Amino acid sequence: MSTTTTSGVAKSPAAAETPTKVHKRRGVRGRTLSFWLFTGPFLIGLAVFVYIPIGWSAYLSFFEARYTVTPSTFVGFDNYSYMLTNDKFTESLVTFTVFAAFIVPITWAFSLGLALLVNRLRFMRAFFRSVFFLPTAVSFVAASLIWKMSIFSGVRFGLMNTVIGWFGVENIAWLANPNPPWYWLVIVTVRLWLQAGFYMILFLAALQNIPPELYEAAAIDGAKQGWQTFRHITLPQLRATSTAVILLLLVAAFQAFDEFFNLLAKTTWGRPPLVELYYTALGENQDYGAGSAGAMILTLLICVVTLAQGRFMGFGKGEEAK
Amino acid sequence: MTTTTPPVVGKPRSVRRRGGVMSSAGLYFAAGIGAALFLVPFYLIVRNALSTDAEITGENWKWFPTDIQWGNLTELFDDPTVPFAQSLWNSTVVGVLHTVGTLLVCSLAGYGLARIPYKHANKIFYVVLVTLMVPTAVTFVPSFVLVSSLGWVSSLQGLIVPGLFSGFTCFLFRQYFLGFPKELEEAARVDGLSYWGAYWRIVVPNSLNFFAAIATITFISGWNAFLWPLVIGQDQEAWTVQVALSSYMTNQTVNFHLIFMATAISILPLVFVFLFLQRWLVQGIAQTGIKG
Repeated sequence: MSTTTTSGVAKSPAAAETPTKVHKRRGVRGRTLSFWLFTGPFLIGLAVFVYIPIGWSAYLSFFEARYTVTPSTFVGFDNYSYMLTNDKFTESLVTFTVFAAFIVPITWAFSLGLALLVNRLRFMRAFFRSVFFLPTAVSFVAASLIWKMSIFSGVRFGLMNTVIGWFGVENIAWLANPNPPWYWLVIVTVRLWLQAGFYMILFLAALQNIPPELYEAAAIDGAKQGWQTFRHITLPQLRATSTAVILLLLVAAFQAFDEFFNLLAKTTWGRPPLVELYYTALGENQDYGAGSAGAMILTLLICVVTLAQGRFMGFGKGEEAK
Repeated sequence: MTTTTPPVVGKPRSVRRRGGVMSSAGLYFAAGIGAALFLVPFYLIVRNALSTDAEITGENWKWFPTDIQWGNLTELFDDPTVPFAQSLWNSTVVGVLHTVGTLLVCSLAGYGLARIPYKHANKIFYVVLVTLMVPTAVTFVPSFVLVSSLGWVSSLQGLIVPGLFSGFTCFLFRQYFLGFPKELEEAARVDGLSYWGAYWRIVVPNSLNFFAAIATITFISGWNAFLWPLVIGQDQEAWTVQVALSSYMTNQTVNFHLIFMATAISILPLVFVFLFLQRWLVQGIAQTGIKG
């Protein structure tokens, strides 16, 4: 959309230039042509598959659009008020909040711990790094399957039930019963297993960027190894990475879908926003109007988070920002 | 090579006063326990994939199958209820084309934005940057609306094409090309090569490391993607491996040995990536660290 307008603007001044500048003009025009040759395919795709869908969806969100994407009944903000007063949707936002409250600090601490551990190993460091990193390659679906069908299977042959059975504890229905909400243990551990290695790599890179002189100076000043140096040198030096990791975890948690969808299929509890949206738009009702309104609400929410992220880190600066 | 790459190679740590035998034994003990826990799920996949259902669901926990059931493999591919072979093929096609297409489209755009002077380049870059604010997963309903009106539901192009235009990958390439040594290209341009010629003859051959890193990450995320393939794969013929795996979990009849054999096969390509391409993978992670 915006690509075509800018190209139009670009050509008119060039055409109006005087003949004395012919040579220079050819150069500029050649460059402009090259620019569009390189970026054109991407920008067209971006317009068609990113901007148009969002625009169309914004349009749909003001219409009654069930089973159709070319609706005719304008309903104003009805879809929005429907979604915002819909218990399921608001509950899904609560579910996200609970989920984020667990997964963000736990993954942060755990992956930092792994990085510190691996960083101190002298032998077999590459081996341990690889082992902790290995789950990163596994899909959420495959991991959910292992968790649901084997580790946290609610029947006696599940690994966890076998283990607690050795201590004489009764079987627990990990997923099939929301009271007590054991399903959070399953949800959090599966994501922790999958993602800790990824964030460990980020922390490891950051740890290796800390100048060793800082530790030497601290040692000369009499700081004790261990907690003191960690608290006053390592942690402050990791601030940029920590902030990045926390925001990444938050955005990732917001998009959580795969493990909730698969682990809690056929249940009505523990539905985060995207799962709820999936059932609204693609479930029985195929309510694209309400689904689009929901997507718009979520988009606005995520924009707030990413804008905060941009403010904290500056786009693209990453580690170098510090 | 690039300004955005944190060094991954370990520097020798100069301060190590405390490394007594006891404390390092403790470290290795902790690392060992952690590693064992991290490997349990992999062990479970292999154990279950090569056992009979009777052994998996038996009263007493068995650490290893009594007889290794290689027959599970053929049984999986003969199973008519889930078209697993078809889904493997779909995933392969999708994974490869998704990777090749994304790299091609996004690297070109990244290069154009980084290196070809054009007065509106900054404005256009903002058009790309804005899309980074909204993760594609959040807009799956709008995307589905578009793709379904194109008639692409349950088709390979529906699975592949909408995912090619990643603002994030374009952004990464732009950052990378900003750090690419200018002298190389300028020499080529003086020799009469166009931007296009210089790109393919000089820039790409000298950037293979970066391309390999991005390709590895892109392939993994394509292979593991679930939400979009679930939305698009309404017919069984268009299922990817992940959708097929998911269907096993909701099936009426549960055949544990088949389910885990399917899981094992689904993660094989990634184990391969891990064993042989880990260098690119770690580099890719370090470079794309900003991504979720």
